[in-house]
Amino acid sequence: MTTAVFAFYLFATVLLVSAVLVITARNPVHSVLWLIVSFFNAAGLFVLLGAEFLAMLLVIVYVGAVAVLFLFVVMMLDVDFATLRSGMGRYLPFGLAVAGVILGEILLATSGWLGGAGVAFPGLGVPPDGMSNTQWIGSQLYTRYVFIFANSGLVLLVSMIGAIVLTHRQRLGTKRQDVAAQVARTPANATRTTQPALGQGVEL
Amino acid sequence: MTFTGFFQGLFGADLGWFLATLALILLIAFPVMVGVAFAVYADRKIWAAMQLRRGPNVVGPFGLLQTFADAAKLFLQETIIPSGASRAVFLLAPMITFVLALVVWAVMPFDAGVVLADLNVGLLYVFAVSSMGVYGIIMSGWASNSKYAFLGGLRSAAQMVSYEVSMGFILVAVMMYAQSLNLSDIVMSQKGNVLGILNGNIFNPLLFPMAIMFFITALAETNRPPFDLPEAEAELVAGYQVEYSSMAFALFFLGEYANILFMCALIPVLFLGGWLPPVDWAPLYWIPGWIWFLAKLFFMFFVFAWVKATVPRYRYDQLMRIGWKVFLPLSLFWVVVVSGWLMFTGHFDTIPA
Repeated sequence: MTTAVFAFYLFATVLLVSAVLVITARNPVHSVLWLIVSFFNAAGLFVLLGAEFLAMLLVIVYVGAVAVLFLFVVMMLDVDFATLRSGMGRYLPFGLAVAGVILGEILLATSGWLGGAGVAFPGLGVPPDGMSNTQWIGSQLYTRYVFIFANSGLVLLVSMIGAIVLTHRQRLGTKRQDVAAQVARTPANATRTTQPALGQGVEL
Repeated sequence: MTFTGFFQGLFGADLGWFLATLALILLIAFPVMVGVAFAVYADRKIWAAMQLRRGPNVVGPFGLLQTFADAAKLFLQETIIPSGASRAVFLLAPMITFVLALVVWAVMPFDAGVVLADLNVGLLYVFAVSSMGVYGIIMSGWASNSKYAFLGGLRSAAQMVSYEVSMGFILVAVMMYAQSLNLSDIVMSQKGNVLGILNGNIFNPLLFPMAIMFFITALAETNRPPFDLPEAEAELVAGYQVEYSSMAFALFFLGEYANILFMCALIPVLFLGGWLPPVDWAPLYWIPGWIWFLAKLFFMFFVFAWVKATVPRYRYDQLMRIGWKVFLPLSLFWVVVVSGWLMFTGHFDTIPA
């Protein structure tokens, strides 16, 4: 067994086990931590495929940013386990149905797949000479798929604006720090020299 | 014959490769650990000098062995696990911090060709590993089951995620100049890149503001003062590490300093020309590259210590304001400026289409 095959089975096994543990862990924070382990092992599988750019992006985006926010939310929420478990019987048939459909689709897709030969886009098999696969992804993404790429960016922009609109509110009566005003303030317009006469106070 | 080839000749292809890589890992990790010990000592000496004190001067000549004495004290103490803690996560967190702090060194080029893993996505690897560093802290904060630790962990997570965004844009500008994500290529692209005689992106007026911003971002990423809010000993007693003792605490401490040393090494690679001398002049190349590299690392470490000794801690809202309202727009705008300039001057013409 070569190192690559061993690494594949290691990553795949850990990925599947941690994916199962995501849904079986009793503590939601532990679930998110298992999810991070499975993301990480998926990145390992990408490295084995020679797609190191995608692997690094998976780690940066999902492990480094998305999962941190998941963890944040789950830690702050006060999760009531009793109410979570009560729905189990009600949702189980539906969940099983969805899982069955996905399993069937995977079986259909893999049974028709010829190992190694089935590259979906014929002209796209191997990077051209003198180009690393990272450069190749960039040159395809920004030329051939530029509309899809720009559209997915727009979808993200819209969802970001939506999130800001939903959560942003201006509260009355809060004091805010205006750094520009603070920096622009000079001793001349902030202080005043007075010479109060005996027995008199200073007018503020 | 290469180092790996020598091992492969002795032990066969697979085992030889494994043993050679293991030896190389130890060859990097061990000096990094010793470097951390002396970095702590240097840090304390620099602060002491700036505050007109003597600093550690009792253990060993000039107090050089002070860190080893501190480490021995920590190892001999009892590891206490709080009764309400989530045991596995609690013990895993310092290990994650420590391992990630060592793992990033794999792609660091110490000299021409002296690098353990010459990845073609080296810069992304550094970014990925440093973005995972937040888990060690957030896990320790949650698993400690303590209010102080939890607040410190949350602060740290928010801080690191915020500053990573602008750090990413700064890296984008550097990699557009170098046209590569490989750290060795980034260093070599800086050879004589300014007026044909200066080595280093920092001498480039377009990248100079990026270098300054990257330095400040590096301070925030490594939780160094003035951005050490996660620890904030005056308000949070020590933040996420408050429940840790003995070896677990030592792992946090070592990981933190290994991260700081890595940032002190990454800034030279990205902006100061790595192992190249600052001026592209033949006699300067007689000095070996790793000496230049280490000299730049020491210089950056001195600047890190200098900042800690002189700048007061930021308030948390000020920290967030700088990250999101100053650095993020500025770095994003500067990426547009840099890419526009490179497009205008025909820098991208050499890329295969």
